[in-house]
Amino acid sequence: MNPVDISIESLNLVTLAPMLIPIVGALFILIIDMIKGGLDRSLYVMLSLLFLFMDFAALLNASDIFTQSGTMMGVFDVMLIDGLAILSQFIIVGASILFIPLVLTNKRFHESSYPEFFALFLFMIGGFQFMVATDNLILIFVGLETASLALYTLIAMHNRDRSFEAAVKYFTMGALAAGFYSFGSMILYALTGSVEINQIAQVLEADNYANIGFVLIGVVFLLASFGFKLSLLPFHTWAPDIYEGSSAPMAGYMSIVPKIAAFVVSMRLFEFLIHSDIVWLEVILYIIVVVTMTMANIWALVQTDVKRMLAYSSISHAGFVMAAILIATTQANSALFLYWILFSFTNLGSFAMLWISREKNLPPGQSSDQSYEKFSGLVKTSPVAASIMALFMLSLAGLPPFALFWGKMYMISSAITGGYTVLALIMALNSAIAGYYYLKLIVYMFMKEPSVAHQANVNIGNITLSLKTIIGIAAVGTIFAFLAINPILEFVTSFVYNSGY
Amino acid sequence: MLDHILSILIFFPAVAAIFGFAIHKDSMRAYGISVAIIEFALSLWLWFSFDSAVSGMQFMENIPLISSFGINYILGVDGISLFIIILASFFTMIGIASLSDVKDVKNMIITLLFLQMTMVGVFAALDAIVFYIFWELSLVPMLYIIGAWGGPLRIYASVKFFLYTFAGSLVMLVGILFMAYFYYQATGIWSFAILEWYRLVLPESFQLWLFGAFFIGFAIKVPMFPFHTWLPYAHGQAPTIGSVILAAILLKMGTYAFIRFSLPLFPDASVFFMFPIAILAIIMIIYTAMVAYAQKDIKQVVAYSSVSHMGVIILGTFALNVEGITGSIFLMIAHGVVSGALFILVGVIYDRRKTKMMSEFGGLASVMPIYATIFGLMLMASVGMPLTINFVGEFLSLLGFYQQSQTLTILAGIAIIVGAIYMLTAYKKMFFGEVTNEKNKNLPDVNKREMVALLPLAVITIWLGIYPKPVLEPINNSVESVVQLMHDKAISEEAKKRIPNLNKGVEIIQTPAQEVN
Repeated sequence: MNPVDISIESLNLVTLAPMLIPIVGALFILIIDMIKGGLDRSLYVMLSLLFLFMDFAALLNASDIFTQSGTMMGVFDVMLIDGLAILSQFIIVGASILFIPLVLTNKRFHESSYPEFFALFLFMIGGFQFMVATDNLILIFVGLETASLALYTLIAMHNRDRSFEAAVKYFTMGALAAGFYSFGSMILYALTGSVEINQIAQVLEADNYANIGFVLIGVVFLLASFGFKLSLLPFHTWAPDIYEGSSAPMAGYMSIVPKIAAFVVSMRLFEFLIHSDIVWLEVILYIIVVVTMTMANIWALVQTDVKRMLAYSSISHAGFVMAAILIATTQANSALFLYWILFSFTNLGSFAMLWISREKNLPPGQSSDQSYEKFSGLVKTSPVAASIMALFMLSLAGLPPFALFWGKMYMISSAITGGYTVLALIMALNSAIAGYYYLKLIVYMFMKEPSVAHQANVNIGNITLSLKTIIGIAAVGTIFAFLAINPILEFVTSFVYNSGY
Repeated sequence: MLDHILSILIFFPAVAAIFGFAIHKDSMRAYGISVAIIEFALSLWLWFSFDSAVSGMQFMENIPLISSFGINYILGVDGISLFIIILASFFTMIGIASLSDVKDVKNMIITLLFLQMTMVGVFAALDAIVFYIFWELSLVPMLYIIGAWGGPLRIYASVKFFLYTFAGSLVMLVGILFMAYFYYQATGIWSFAILEWYRLVLPESFQLWLFGAFFIGFAIKVPMFPFHTWLPYAHGQAPTIGSVILAAILLKMGTYAFIRFSLPLFPDASVFFMFPIAILAIIMIIYTAMVAYAQKDIKQVVAYSSVSHMGVIILGTFALNVEGITGSIFLMIAHGVVSGALFILVGVIYDRRKTKMMSEFGGLASVMPIYATIFGLMLMASVGMPLTINFVGEFLSLLGFYQQSQTLTILAGIAIIVGAIYMLTAYKKMFFGEVTNEKNKNLPDVNKREMVALLPLAVITIWLGIYPKPVLEPINNSVESVVQLMHDKAISEEAKKRIPNLNKGVEIIQTPAQEVN
């Protein structure tokens, strides 16, 4: 038996750096807690921020290397640092940086007093980063499960009955999705003898999709599993309950970060199949995209709680963006990243606005935290809060020149250039339907009288400097997006194009 | 400064509105009037420095916005847009000056200034996306004006207004993106610049579809029959100032966009759809006139008559010759002045009596003589009396369409005459006869503040009715180049025949159909 001889250089360990930073950070926080317990939450928030900024710097470094020398492989070719991996990690880490200061609310909530909250949070980020930066079905699975298990716990830490319910529901659904995933990848492995997506693609191509029936079964299982993660119809049922049960920023976070990770994996998995002209996959995706955005919009119309409305709206946005996977051109994939960058600003901002009106206990006779009535006449009591909330709503509705309009426009344009004319029209008309429920909140805030039951201070009761900063960043990003679109678009397009998508 | 006069015209009210947040509410009205006067003076300066002999765009600005996708901030005016911009700044000025005592006057004035930014922006933009931005953005201030200051059904009316137009414009957005894609296929570069698009000749089948997509967006805004149902609600519920701006300026966005986009971009489709649209326009004229006759509320009468006259504008536009289009643009201005004035007049009586029902009035001519005189003048102008401003526009519009179809023109002409019936009946009910209602006995006549708004409108109505040349000439020059462009671009024999050749040279790009496919 020959000794295995591997040089450290060939492992290319630098590819691991961005993922290792949050994991080291998480362990560091746990060690601090072991040495001296009972430290204030602000310490942990700032430590997490520091590690996230280091992570971001490592990503900048990786993107420099990518622009100079192209895609990097590392650690026995398991790690794959291409443009998609870098872009999605930027979104993951960026959204996390915007999220973590939201913990510093005026009222103290249960979960933030545990240091484990922050450790789990950083573990989760590491998990998602692994998930997007690989081509290997097993590592994707490991990353996905690490992140998801951490996320279930984070939701449960918010101390409400509904939170436990939400966490258990999410866990059950997640377990089912994991089962689907492993079953789907098993079939692909059995067909091709490989767990690397690019090799699976090569083998399938080489024998000209002879076992198309098995490919169908495998892909349908994988699609179902990502359907759960992306809350696409008909796998969306968990989303509104879980958004309602978890804290507002956590719900906003869940609508952004896990989804971009799942989008990147679906891009890797499904687009080579679409490019091979597999018609049934196109048909399935087409139906899923149209049904997801339309039905979610219609359900959102009838909600009486703002958070549930935003939950359905997030489902609808996910369906809208899923169209990029169907269209599968460079423009569509760039549109996906552009959309998601802009969406993370706007959506995190609007969920943060819900967070500042969060009460510690529900007032008697009120069944939900953020009913529409709670916001009526907000412009009279706190005009700035009302204006900012209205701004986020207009942006979500896709009104120019606010952030999401540019994403929508580019996405519809990519549908047109990709030859999906009817889809482009359906996407446009769905934006019009969505206009109604975003408008409904504006109508409550600006055109109704303040209700007597809510004192003026309730709606901004949680405000602190750190929350103000994050909401300010989100608002400025939403208004002045038009100045940043050109550089973002050029950056994203070159990264997507150079990764071969 | 003249190089950037259009940017200044657009963003000066917006910046002023932001500063307005810091001003005490008691001084807000004076601030609003000052800003609006400066803006109006700037727009007059624009007219003064405008060279009316030039038919093309003037005062152009071009700043790259999203260069990798061909979106640039391009502005410019020609004779078509110049007077609508002046009209917009003029109406904002007299609107703020005549603003009666409403609650939250500060919010109202800030909203009006933002609205003015979007209005000027729509008419000055020469990039389809920039145009779309202002077009959509104009919905938000109007939504707030109707929704916050309107009547009992205000929320329903404002949401209906917003959603109707929003849905229409999204279809238009798809059309815009398609147009950019065709341009990209023909030339290899992305561009949303309208002047670049003008040079592109599209195959007729594409023109028909794109014309349809743009038509939905514009027709809802105008509003054309059968998309007009949002307008009576919006007018009925809106406060006076909201109705004035809506009728005088916002509706003109639709008719202006037809001339700016639909006609020069899709000449063959315009000819193809000429008769269907003309028939819709005539239905619109007759049907809304009949509906107006049945109204009991004077504001609804004015609202429906306003829709009815928008039909004449559409008819003139789709005459597709110089007389018709020039007439329709002139009529846009005339309609703005006259229907704006009528809505102000309705607001005057509403402020005094808090009712708009005609049955509550009667014999007002003896109680409020000045009011009755101005109302009478505006009413005559509205029905198109010669020597008033509307007559010039209506006459030219119908003259233009007469060259395309005599029967339809005669039908439209009769409809306009019939239109006089409901206006005169309404006038009779309100102003003539004995004063029967006790409450009307001691109504004060028009006061100074209202006079400030009404007198200039009355002067313009007569002045441009007698001597329209200063306005007609620049419009005519620009329209000639549009018509020539359409003639040169037209592919089908039918279109070449319908659109007159004026023998002026215009440069275009020929795109073979197979290349676009």
